[in-house]
Amino acid sequence: MLNILGKRYLYFLLSLLVIVPGMVVMAIYGLPLAVDFKGGSLLEVQFSTETIPTVEQVVEIYNQYGFEEVSVQTAEGTTGIRNILVIRSPDLATTIDGKEVNADAMKNILVADLREVANDPNAEVNTFSNVGPSIAQQVTQRAGLAVALAALAVVIYIYFVFRGIPHSLRYGICAVLAMLHDILVVLSLTAIGGRLFGWQVDSLFLTALLTVIGFSTQDKIVVFDRIRENTSFLRKLPFEKLVNHSIVQTLQRSINTQLMTVEFMLLALALFGGVTLREFAVILLVGLFSGTYSSIFIAAPLLVVWENQEWKTWFRRTATA
Amino acid sequence: MKRRTLNLILILIILAVAIWIDLPNNPGIKIGKIDKEIRTVLGLDLRGGMQVILQVDPNFTQPFTPEDLETAKSILERRSNGLGVAEVNFQISGDRYIVGELPGASKAEDVINVIKQTGQLEFVDTGDTELEAGTTITTDLGTDTTTPAEGETPAVGQLPGTETTVYHTIMTGDQLQDVAVVTNSLGEYEVNFVLKDDGAKIFADHTTNNTNKFLTIVLDKQVISSPIIRTPITEGQGSISGGFTRETANALAVQLRYGSLPIPLVVEQIRVVGPTLGQDSLDKSLIAYLIGFIIVALFMMIYYRLPGVAAVISIATYGIITFAIFRLIPVTLTLPGIAGLMLSTGSALDANILIFERMKEELRNGRTLMQAMELGWKRAWPSIRDSNIATLITSLILFWFGSTFGASIVQGFALTLFLGVLVSLFTAIIGTRTFLGLIISAVKEPEKRLGWFGL
Repeated sequence: MLNILGKRYLYFLLSLLVIVPGMVVMAIYGLPLAVDFKGGSLLEVQFSTETIPTVEQVVEIYNQYGFEEVSVQTAEGTTGIRNILVIRSPDLATTIDGKEVNADAMKNILVADLREVANDPNAEVNTFSNVGPSIAQQVTQRAGLAVALAALAVVIYIYFVFRGIPHSLRYGICAVLAMLHDILVVLSLTAIGGRLFGWQVDSLFLTALLTVIGFSTQDKIVVFDRIRENTSFLRKLPFEKLVNHSIVQTLQRSINTQLMTVEFMLLALALFGGVTLREFAVILLVGLFSGTYSSIFIAAPLLVVWENQEWKTWFRRTATA
Repeated sequence: MKRRTLNLILILIILAVAIWIDLPNNPGIKIGKIDKEIRTVLGLDLRGGMQVILQVDPNFTQPFTPEDLETAKSILERRSNGLGVAEVNFQISGDRYIVGELPGASKAEDVINVIKQTGQLEFVDTGDTELEAGTTITTDLGTDTTTPAEGETPAVGQLPGTETTVYHTIMTGDQLQDVAVVTNSLGEYEVNFVLKDDGAKIFADHTTNNTNKFLTIVLDKQVISSPIIRTPITEGQGSISGGFTRETANALAVQLRYGSLPIPLVVEQIRVVGPTLGQDSLDKSLIAYLIGFIIVALFMMIYYRLPGVAAVISIATYGIITFAIFRLIPVTLTLPGIAGLMLSTGSALDANILIFERMKEELRNGRTLMQAMELGWKRAWPSIRDSNIATLITSLILFWFGSTFGASIVQGFALTLFLGVLVSLFTAIIGTRTFLGLIISAVKEPEKRLGWFGL
């Protein structure tokens, strides 16, 4: 029979190779937070031709009204031409000549100026978001709470579901460790994607992350369920063999469900789903793959590591290596 | 055997109802008191529009109750409807936010100007001072919690130690009975008003005692006009003029007619999605869903053969029922919602795959097809149940996350995922089993044709 568990430390190393670079990028540059989490405004304007204002022109228009820290990107529109400007700036609610101007009115002034500069009266606002500081703060708190709550719910739920077999709390903890692995993979991907493609951590990203948590748990339960079932009639088998056996038994299902169906669906979404959902689809694609991978190569091996109390030999291992 | 027939009848009935609901021109349900319209509701990201989050002004320190928020919400709704914007939806979020969703971005910019104002109209005694339109002034309204009594001496003058003049408010817009926009003999726009009985009396008393003084009309502490009282006004009618255009006169009339907000609101967040981008996203995500579905259906039929066919029928049933539920509730369909739908389709497929893999194991152990199917289903069930419940729990947490600050985008995703998983459990328990049973009994000597079952 396929011996999957034998190389368990290799899988741990492989995961570290994926996670560590992203974490380093994150430590240096931070996560690319979108307006949802840090407040500010995002304005996306689509022009009718490729003649769009230059970055300097845009920054100058914004500076004129006192907005510093403006970042400008161009993007491809639905027709495939680079005619979209994506402008990020601080909160647009401001005062001009002692009069209060709300964010929406300010946006209209800016768009009018952009139209003038580009000599393109038909330029259209694709999306506009303006998030004040108090909401952003609240969202960030809620987001942290939502992730923590989801993790806690998973531990309790798995503990409850597997209460019939020995050390059921271990299953919950190993599932959460593997889930943490998935979260780190997603964060790592986003940090790197943020540097390379200008990805942003917005509420859609959080949705993707929480979905990864949900489906990762679903996957772990399928593998653990097999271990639970086998425990009842393979009691004499060493734990490592039993877990290995369970993994092999569920392997076909994992491949078919994950690679053949869910990943195909997400791939279709990433390729044909339009620009708005592409980033979301790619994060889900990697996150859900990581969820399946970690069920087989992280969560189940961790159970074995725990059962054998292998940390007692870790020191010797590194000494001889 | 009997149970399968019953299940089949159940599925067919549900399917018939679901297909009827899914019909594009469904007339809706009208039975007795129940009158329900059935339609597909698209979110702002798919049809274009504006979402605005209003917050109770942080500088407003007076205590307010949830009822005040509720009142503010219904006033906002009436004001928006008064402006002719269709399908506006306002929701209270948390203890100090109101989230407004306004489909169709064209009029949204006008709407925001009207809704953000508190619409507090005041008739202010400014004594001998004529104030220029647009000046911001301070009145004793709101600073003094007791309502100014009739005939009270006007508190005109300077407060000790401050530069600001605090004027006395005689009465507020609450006393208005009716408001109308008219043009005067010069063709200028005016807002005519009729006062309630109490208001008419206050007005009559004041104008009698203060002829040749200025009675300034103030909206949200900004002077609209500052007319002089020539003759006492006793019949309880009057008009406001002040260089209005048709639009500004209408906007003022709307504000006056639908009352003033009990609490001042400020715009905290605005999101606008252009209609072109919305339509494009809708088309593309539906195409993506279709392509994904076809590939997956092909895979299932090639890999699992006849059971794969049963799975595809079952997934199609799942799709029809889910869509019907979305239309019935109705669930607002957003882009992440479509993604949630795709993922729960994945869940539904997972249930089928788990059952089929188990079935194959049992077949390899030498069971007959019928036995293998029953056993496979029974053995796979605990993992299907437990794993799907985990997804249900996460989607509930997501839903809570989305509901607290008005990220309807997240909420839509959570709701579609939750409903999708529930329906997928149903189709996995009843659908696949029944369809597969039917297929097996339709095949002659199935034990000799195990190849048809993917072995």
